Amino acid sequence: MESKSLGSLIIPGQAPAEATPSCWSCGTMRAVHFCSSCGKVQPPVPVDYFTFFGFPRKLNLDASALEKEFYALSRRLHPDLFAQANPEERAFSLEQSSMLNDAYRTLKDPIKRTEYLLRLEGIELEEQSKQATEKARATGKLKKQVVPAGLLEEVFELNMHLEELRTQKKTGEDDPALLEEIGKAKLSLEEKFDALFNELKAEWNKWDKFVDNGTTDGTEAGRRKILDQMLDVLNRRNYVRNLVRDVNEALE
Amino acid sequence: MATDYIVGIDLGTTNSLVAYMQGDSPVVIPGEDGLNLVPSVVALDENNQIIVGNAARRYLIETPERAVYSIKRLMGRGLEDIRDELKLFPFQLAEDLQPGEVLRIKIGERTYTPPEISALVLRQLKRNAERFFGAPVTQAVITVPAYFNDAQRQATKDAGRIAGLNVLRLVNEPTAASLAYGLDKKKHGIVVVYDLGGGTFDISILKLHDGIFEVIATNGDTHLGGDDIDNLLIAVALDDIRGELGIDFRRDFRNDARRSGETVARIRQAVIEAKIALSSQPTAKLDVDLPGGKKYRREISLEGFEQMIQPIIDRTVGPCKQALKDAGLKPEQIDEVVLVGGSTRIPKVRRLVQDLFGRVPHTALNPDEVVALGAAVQANILGGGSEITKEMLLLDVTPLSLGIEVAGGVTDKIILRNSTVPASATQYYTTQVDGQTNVAIHVLQGERELARDCRSLARFDLKGVPPMPAGMPRIEVRFLIDANGILRVSAREQRSGQEAEIDVQPSYGLTDEQVENMLLESFDFAEEDFRQRQIIEARREADTILTALAKGKKNLAWQELSAEERRNVEALEKTLVGVKNGDGYHAIREGIDALNQATMHLAELMMDTAVSTALKGKAMDDTDIEEGPQAGHPVAKADFE
Repeated sequence: MESKSLGSLIIPGQAPAEATPSCWSCGTMRAVHFCSSCGKVQPPVPVDYFTFFGFPRKLNLDASALEKEFYALSRRLHPDLFAQANPEERAFSLEQSSMLNDAYRTLKDPIKRTEYLLRLEGIELEEQSKQATEKARATGKLKKQVVPAGLLEEVFELNMHLEELRTQKKTGEDDPALLEEIGKAKLSLEEKFDALFNELKAEWNKWDKFVDNGTTDGTEAGRRKILDQMLDVLNRRNYVRNLVRDVNEALE
Repeated sequence: MATDYIVGIDLGTTNSLVAYMQGDSPVVIPGEDGLNLVPSVVALDENNQIIVGNAARRYLIETPERAVYSIKRLMGRGLEDIRDELKLFPFQLAEDLQPGEVLRIKIGERTYTPPEISALVLRQLKRNAERFFGAPVTQAVITVPAYFNDAQRQATKDAGRIAGLNVLRLVNEPTAASLAYGLDKKKHGIVVVYDLGGGTFDISILKLHDGIFEVIATNGDTHLGGDDIDNLLIAVALDDIRGELGIDFRRDFRNDARRSGETVARIRQAVIEAKIALSSQPTAKLDVDLPGGKKYRREISLEGFEQMIQPIIDRTVGPCKQALKDAGLKPEQIDEVVLVGGSTRIPKVRRLVQDLFGRVPHTALNPDEVVALGAAVQANILGGGSEITKEMLLLDVTPLSLGIEVAGGVTDKIILRNSTVPASATQYYTTQVDGQTNVAIHVLQGERELARDCRSLARFDLKGVPPMPAGMPRIEVRFLIDANGILRVSAREQRSGQEAEIDVQPSYGLTDEQVENMLLESFDFAEEDFRQRQIIEARREADTILTALAKGKKNLAWQELSAEERRNVEALEKTLVGVKNGDGYHAIREGIDALNQATMHLAELMMDTAVSTALKGKAMDDTDIEEGPQAGHPVAKADFE
């Protein structure tokens, strides 16, 4: 299940200069967690998760580098290390480590990372999640439905099959041919699901290149285009995932 | 105080322990009776004195309405959720209890809340540690089941405070066990801890590497343990008795609570002994005296026992599978399974674990002590660490998802289960009505979709929102789960920057004020209280030796001492009498030791007299025998190896 919480304060764009020095070479900003002079823990700076770790705002991310940084920071920020410190330090360590954990959890998962970046860049996600479904059920409203282009026919046919299956279940009928059809459709969807992830990764590469080239290749329009495409892939992928889930539920 | 000892405490359903790090290894601190385990039993004796631990156990049978056990089952819970417990356990609720109020249990004529009862056990452990160190103990790490919710954790923290302890951290029991297990730095890999205790079951999956103990997933059942096995066996016995002898102790309970309570308590003790015997024998006997001179006798075979407990043990399978699923792991990927909790001694449980995970579980650690030992390791880390613990770090998780109730009675999950703690989430609220200055938030814990199926944590009332048109205020509410797994909330109206005042109504807990009023011992006077207690104990010891000496002087042996010896003894006696009622602890101590030393010869002589008199066939007075060898040494100091 994916969390839709934004986590702690996000200020897209600039961060306070003193607390987030940037690399002379690539410009990546990194939050300062400890005073370089006396070593005392600092209150967390309101930066985004990438800056917190000192990673560039790119989507391809070295998972083991992230993990290494996570453990290194945990070893210095964890509240257990400040049990005998004064109340101020204890409060800072608590804030810092909660941000550390939230940031790690978000950046570690490829989908969460993508969604986070989209929000950072000002794009809102559409509600395709199960949560939205439940909420819709509860309030009696219709869930927003956007059937991805190219899937219309497949979805229509599958939903028909699923309806048939549900009716059959009530009367206790057993139709192996129907089950086989549904099984095949599910496999096809699962393949599409995997393919969509590859599509997403292609968009990642475009984004990362964009970040590397800076804004010289112009344009706000170019930037928006990549983000919108990523959002589209995510939405289609979510849709397929929910469909597969519905199939699994119906097959139980 | 620089040399303040921080102890680790396992506050268990059945037994409790206190431990500390001695050099490189954690050790359990025994009680005055020399035993490591302190039964979590509290009783009131005839004079309404509080008795805790082993000494309290006999009251469970003799005067069951004046004793209580397994109070952990009621911690952080409300009237509505304990109906099942009330059917199976002899808890007596206060008569005037209202729904929504904190539970109060009757012990004799008095009533106590569960945190107060737990505090009495904690105080006993605190005293054991202080006696051991010869110094006050005010800081502790206390363990809780990993699956304990926020209210249950808060209740445990309250209990610590009431007992005069600053609870530095609550540690999850399986995680603590893994610390004891992984103290040897070479341990690394994926470890599963299967913890089946007296009242709770936890399963935790951890990744150990480079001294980091990282919990990946945890699951469990906070009403599943050895107690349930006991209750099943008791039910079988009661059915037997009703069938064989026509007496229904359950029905008659209401007519004659005392007699039935005693009988059930006797049956319970017999059943527990049989259960334990069956861990190493193929059969066990139940032999219980019933009122009216009758006896209940039954033999239980291992096979029959295993058949009976199968459904109870099977309840551990679901949580295990869910934890594996949440961790994204298959049993083949597990490197080690560690067993914790007395109930894991049952062979059937071990076989179940072996089948579930496809490997022989690790049983080298004492399942009764390992949690306390791990807590001691954590206490050491919090105290600044030592050579062996300085590379160790604990990364634990919250076991239950945290949610907010939204329109439609649905739960909106804002922090998911198995999130590493500390963890936070931010939500934004606004007002519905012009000028509205309050916003109400209902916080829940659990995995269900509907709010009514989740556990109500608390209702937060945000006050002091600046009056504005409806929909204008932007109230940022921050939810933070700390390293103890306990929730904190803070709020701020963003447009005005004003901090909102938060009024918390805990659903099942005590307010800070209530806790303050219940304090058994005050922090501020910890040092003072400890010294006072030392002096009182020393005076008691002095009285004992002086009384013994008075009797000794009337004994024939007194005459066998040389005149000089007698003068010496009497001089020291006079000195001790002189300092006894003063405030000089060391003077009293020295006086006792000196007199002890000086009366050794007298004691030996009295011993010889007693022996030779016995040999002569003379009837011995009880008091004479007692005074014989012990006259000079009324209170032996326990030996701590």
